[in-house]
Amino acid sequence: MTSFVLRRLVSLAFTLLGGFTVLFVLFFALPSDPAEVIAGGNGKNPPQSVIDNVTRKYHLDESIPKQYVRRLWETMTLSGESFRTREPLSDTVADRLPNSLRLAIWAMAIEVTVGVGTGVLSARRRNSLVDTASTLGTAIVSAIPVFVLAYLLRQVTGVYAFQHQWPEWARLPVLSEADRGWYLGIIPNLDQLEQIIQPALVLASVSTVVVARLTRTTMLEAAGSDHVRTARAKGLKERQVLSRHTLRNALIPVVTFVGIDFGTLVGFAILTETVFGWPGLGSRVARAAGQSDLPVVLTLSMVVMALYGIANLIVDVSYAKLDPRIRLGGAR
Amino acid sequence: MTLLDPHSVPSADQSLLEAGPGRSLAQDAWRRFRRNRLAMFGLVLVAFLVIVALVGPFVVQDPTKFSKTVFKEPPTNQHLFGVDHRGADVLANVVYGIRLSLFIGIMATVLETVIGILIGAVAGWFGGFFDTVSMRLVDVMLGIPYIILAYAFITVLGRGVLAVILTLALTAWLQTARTVRAGFLQAKELEYVEAAKALGVGQWRIMWRHILPNVFQPVIVLVAVGVGSAILAEAALSFLGVGIQPPEPSLGRMIADSQSHFATAPYLLIFPGLAIIITVLGFLLVGDGLRDALDVKDT
Repeated sequence: MTSFVLRRLVSLAFTLLGGFTVLFVLFFALPSDPAEVIAGGNGKNPPQSVIDNVTRKYHLDESIPKQYVRRLWETMTLSGESFRTREPLSDTVADRLPNSLRLAIWAMAIEVTVGVGTGVLSARRRNSLVDTASTLGTAIVSAIPVFVLAYLLRQVTGVYAFQHQWPEWARLPVLSEADRGWYLGIIPNLDQLEQIIQPALVLASVSTVVVARLTRTTMLEAAGSDHVRTARAKGLKERQVLSRHTLRNALIPVVTFVGIDFGTLVGFAILTETVFGWPGLGSRVARAAGQSDLPVVLTLSMVVMALYGIANLIVDVSYAKLDPRIRLGGAR
Repeated sequence: MTLLDPHSVPSADQSLLEAGPGRSLAQDAWRRFRRNRLAMFGLVLVAFLVIVALVGPFVVQDPTKFSKTVFKEPPTNQHLFGVDHRGADVLANVVYGIRLSLFIGIMATVLETVIGILIGAVAGWFGGFFDTVSMRLVDVMLGIPYIILAYAFITVLGRGVLAVILTLALTAWLQTARTVRAGFLQAKELEYVEAAKALGVGQWRIMWRHILPNVFQPVIVLVAVGVGSAILAEAALSFLGVGIQPPEPSLGRMIADSQSHFATAPYLLIFPGLAIIITVLGFLLVGDGLRDALDVKDT
């Protein structure tokens, strides 16, 4: 067990190094001079002396291997600073990581309740309207771009609801910065709930339909297995069969998916965060990528990749705990 | 039979009864595909969009012609989808946008598939150093958040249609390469490959003429789904302002531009949004249908 975890951590470290290298190489193959971008901003023509200053300050005149080592060290120790805003990256991570995690946790809550609920419902009434609708709905939701969904939601709750005098709770103003001071770090007050509910819904949308489909499939599989037939033959009520025998077995693959998906929700929320202006890691890294702000891109991407890797590792370990048939690392 | 998803295995028992001699795999797959209502719906959507892309430009107005008097006008008989904030016809822009989306999606997917097959085949067949390095690269690239990876590539490649196609292809070959490699690893050990070797068939000929056709089915599914994802990714990049640049029409950018006109002109969001959804939905449904018809296990 310990050796399995260690081996996975080493492998994760190499993946991170690889990701760092890929991004470093790509962003350093930039046609434009980063110093000019930093000194001038968009479309301004900075004087040569300023460019020289910036070049020296950020060591952009060093050889590429030297800069590689420098950036790698900065990234690992979170000691870099933004080319653009000079803001130390340790602060950026400390500020934005909790917001990313909050959004991901709320999205996961929606994903599990709505997804499993729909899945169970459509498995119980196979070929009913709910069932057909869920199959088509899955495809439709995966076909909607995140930003279209987000804008539609904002159109309805932020504009239409106000124009048509909808009840107070259905009217959600367009968001600004998320407030600090969440209860226990995760539970929102009413204002914060108003802010988080829309991005969480949008972020959860695709995962929710995947969970619904997965639950439906595994429920149908479990419903036909011998132990469920035995339970029924024993004379258990349908409710008990469902909750104790079918659902419990059907949920193992779902739990796996949700666990892995958590990493995805943290790391791949870039579009959602950007559209809603949610102050998490994703929106910051997107802005930085647009500005060729290399230290921000590298550091935040690595934080995200590390979280993703650790989430996967936790899923694998807990999966082995849940299902004794799985032995970690034994086969190799 | 009661356990099976009615959509995923459309009356398998019946097709067994009807299966006579002399029907090819493709014919068989087509029969199964045709029975799948959702897949056929997807095919109709795709066919409709292709017709729109080919015929549309002869029907609609010039998308770059700006009216000097009419701005932000809701749908009328003259402008079925309305007029945007610049005075351009929305319908014309949507039609040209679909055309460009399809072109980019298909080109990027073709390119991506070629790259994926080449790398996957060589890695799976020869193994060794190239296999290790390329598959590690696949792992690493799949770990980087997609938008960041795409951003990085497009910063290097510049702006415009060609840059977008290359970016999409260079970020999307990973799954194809993995799938093809897995197929080659399996096929390598099978008798028909042994037989070909014993007959003295050359390595490259075995790879392309003997193995590739046998591992191609999951790739076909990936192609159909891939066009949909490529179109989504293009829209996202254009939405973020690094994709297609004006004057080329882009659905993603139209949506980004509509943002400031929410309250007064929702049709500026709805029509291009619907166009993207229908396009992507068509390809996803066809991909799902192909997966079932070809009986490809999870890809």
